[in-house]
Amino acid sequence: MLKQIDPNKQRVRICLGTGCRARGSIDVLKAFNCEIEKRNLQIQIECIQTGCHGFCERGPVVVIAPKEFFYQKVKPQDVAEIVSKTILNGEAVSRLLYTDPVTGKKAVYEYEVPFYKKQTRPVLINNGRIDPTNILDYIVIGGYQALAKAITTISCEEIINIIEESGLRGRGGAGFPTGRKWRLCRKARGDVKFVIGNGDEGDPGAFSDRSLMEANPHSILEGMIIGAYAIGANQGYLYLRAEYPLALKQIQTAIDQAREYGFLGKNIFNSGFDFDIKIIRGGGAFICGESSALIASIEGKMGEPRAKYIHTVERGLQNKPTNLNNVKTWANVPLIINNGADWYAKIGTAKSKGTGIFSLVGKVNNTGLIEIPMGTSLKQIVYDIGGGIIGSKRFKAVQTGGPSGGCLPEELLDLPVDFEKLTEAGSMLGSGGIIVMDENTCMVDVARYFLDFLQNESCGKCVPCREGIKRMLEIVTNITLGKGKEEDLELLQELAETVKDFSLCGLGQTAPNTVLSTLRYFRDEYDAHVKDKKCPAGICKNLIEYLILDGKCTGCGVCLKLCPQKAIQGEPKKIHQIDSSKCTRCGICRDACPFEAIMIKSDVN
Amino acid sequence: MVTLTIDGVKVQADEGSSILEVARFYGIKIPTLCYNAELTPYGACRLCVVEVEDGERTRLVASCLYPVKEGISVKTHTERVIKGRKMILELLIAKCPNSKTLQDLASEIGLEQVRFKMENEDCILCGLCVRMCAEQMGSGAIGFVGRGQKREVVTPFRIASEICRNCGACMYICPAVNLQCRGVKSPGELCNSCLIITPQCLEKYGQVMCSLNSCGACVEKEEK
Repeated sequence: MLKQIDPNKQRVRICLGTGCRARGSIDVLKAFNCEIEKRNLQIQIECIQTGCHGFCERGPVVVIAPKEFFYQKVKPQDVAEIVSKTILNGEAVSRLLYTDPVTGKKAVYEYEVPFYKKQTRPVLINNGRIDPTNILDYIVIGGYQALAKAITTISCEEIINIIEESGLRGRGGAGFPTGRKWRLCRKARGDVKFVIGNGDEGDPGAFSDRSLMEANPHSILEGMIIGAYAIGANQGYLYLRAEYPLALKQIQTAIDQAREYGFLGKNIFNSGFDFDIKIIRGGGAFICGESSALIASIEGKMGEPRAKYIHTVERGLQNKPTNLNNVKTWANVPLIINNGADWYAKIGTAKSKGTGIFSLVGKVNNTGLIEIPMGTSLKQIVYDIGGGIIGSKRFKAVQTGGPSGGCLPEELLDLPVDFEKLTEAGSMLGSGGIIVMDENTCMVDVARYFLDFLQNESCGKCVPCREGIKRMLEIVTNITLGKGKEEDLELLQELAETVKDFSLCGLGQTAPNTVLSTLRYFRDEYDAHVKDKKCPAGICKNLIEYLILDGKCTGCGVCLKLCPQKAIQGEPKKIHQIDSSKCTRCGICRDACPFEAIMIKSDVN
Repeated sequence: MVTLTIDGVKVQADEGSSILEVARFYGIKIPTLCYNAELTPYGACRLCVVEVEDGERTRLVASCLYPVKEGISVKTHTERVIKGRKMILELLIAKCPNSKTLQDLASEIGLEQVRFKMENEDCILCGLCVRMCAEQMGSGAIGFVGRGQKREVVTPFRIASEICRNCGACMYICPAVNLQCRGVKSPGELCNSCLIITPQCLEKYGQVMCSLNSCGACVEKEEK
């Protein structure tokens, strides 16, 4: 079977993850195929499409095996040179290599790039190595060995013991111990049991589930099959967003191939164990990432949560015992079975084991998908892996856990990232988005943004969440408009605490985190908005004014021509002026001014 | 049978019953809006939230849904609970200031002011009508659509439902729309009248009218 893959062939691995696709990697792929055909090299070279390599900032990423040259920002016109120099002569194309901005050194291989050097990538490592549409690629790197080992040599109880000993915790954000969940589900009474993979990732700025599903769908399937075998379930569901068409396609292909090879279906590995997975497409509601809402959605009901005083492992889908895990949790399972519980338990901190997968976005130099051991500090993530803040700006805050998380200030940069530490600090691990913000971010405006998102995504079932978020948004919006009163902050704090305590599900209980954490760490910004009617970051339009600096304006007239409101007056070669009553603070003039003569005045009065 | 403590009193209860059912059986009053003994508990209004101590863990749970367990200790009226209930009522009254049910609950709990911008809605989205229609009338002619702020109770596709028998059960069970409070004169004001004054209805009509449609007599009297 594996003879179909020729080890002597040179392989060009082109990242076709969403980030690189957006930067034109499909054209690069076409160019490679054209070039190979032109030079008649089909026998020596094979071009494969992989999923996300992680370094999205530098896409399209291309890796040439077997020597593993790592090229970034590859354009179709570079392809001819890569083929003649690297593939035929084994030399690196120096201009396509990554240059370290600090040392100026070129990195030839992936592991030399600081972005990768500081990471530990057991789960993501294969993302850039295999073709997700070809099950053989996955098998060659040792795929489905864990499944074979689990089913043929380990008892169900023992598998659960291994997972429990490894210390694996749910990667969806709440961090429930996976082994314990499996055990509860196995013990629960019921003739039919289900396992569910949760791929309904809806946080703004998060793409870790998506990248994993697109790049290595078989690792998720393998984990689910092992889990189902241990728990005693014969039917699995993979719930993923309809907005992720590529993930849907890759998972569907993977399921079809797994069925074809006998990893899914009847009598897997001659053990008498039957299992199959069905894909359910979500309609794009953020709330359906919550387990009970997700289950309601699979049942064809409205996606709204229920109180989980009776846990889903006892009564879940169709009132049967159901074990639901995030897709990243499932992808960890084969690794633990292959390498043993001890190996896994060695990575991470005392209570949070293993690695965490995060999408690092915002104002950092190296945005992308990262995997780090639990306990890595925020500073290492932002500066060592992320390469620091873009430009010469100052760091202000980092937001973890998406809309459910909180904003942490510079003082907490040394905080190790794990489940407990982040929760203590008023944020949470969440489903893996890390958003870095610089000094030009207004924290009140950030709170407003997330509240606005949550207001629309709350299912509306319970009063504190539906009405509470609306009112918090009302108060915060008023503050950004300069209409805030001092007593508003007290009311905001009180309301946020009620919403946190009294809401029905995780969405409502974590919704006030952004407000509470910004009130806790950035109180001075709220005070500036409310008392002094100033926006220190210069973001809130009602609290700022645009000014033309006398010394810098040359009277070139660029701003005057561009202003959509005709708010700028002035004659050629003379200093221009902005009429503040007409100005809508759109910022077009400031962006256009060649002399940086237009500034934001955050102190209007 | 399980033994548990409610507000310091040791009580016995059937396994499977909810804290709310047990508390009501023993005469302990917990306010509710979306609960009706004959319908499936829904847990949406969050007024019935109580503090439960289970081992070392203390948490807030909706008493209408939480099944009683051996050894738990329930506190129905702690400071934290009352504070939250007040805030929830404040939120609801800001949305539906003219609901008599809400105004009465507010008086009972001692809510003094509404600090939010007042709106003038009727439905509090408690879902009693939806459950009544489906569970007791066997019809299911109405349901929730939309999420968040856009959530509302309507018939499918907003057209007259073929399975609705016009039985009126939804109106009968509605705690918000049927009884209108006429006492609120200015936005943000809490009525409180019915609780402060003896109803004057008896003089006029020979019976207390509040259960049908509030006459406002009590309020007018107060103004004089």
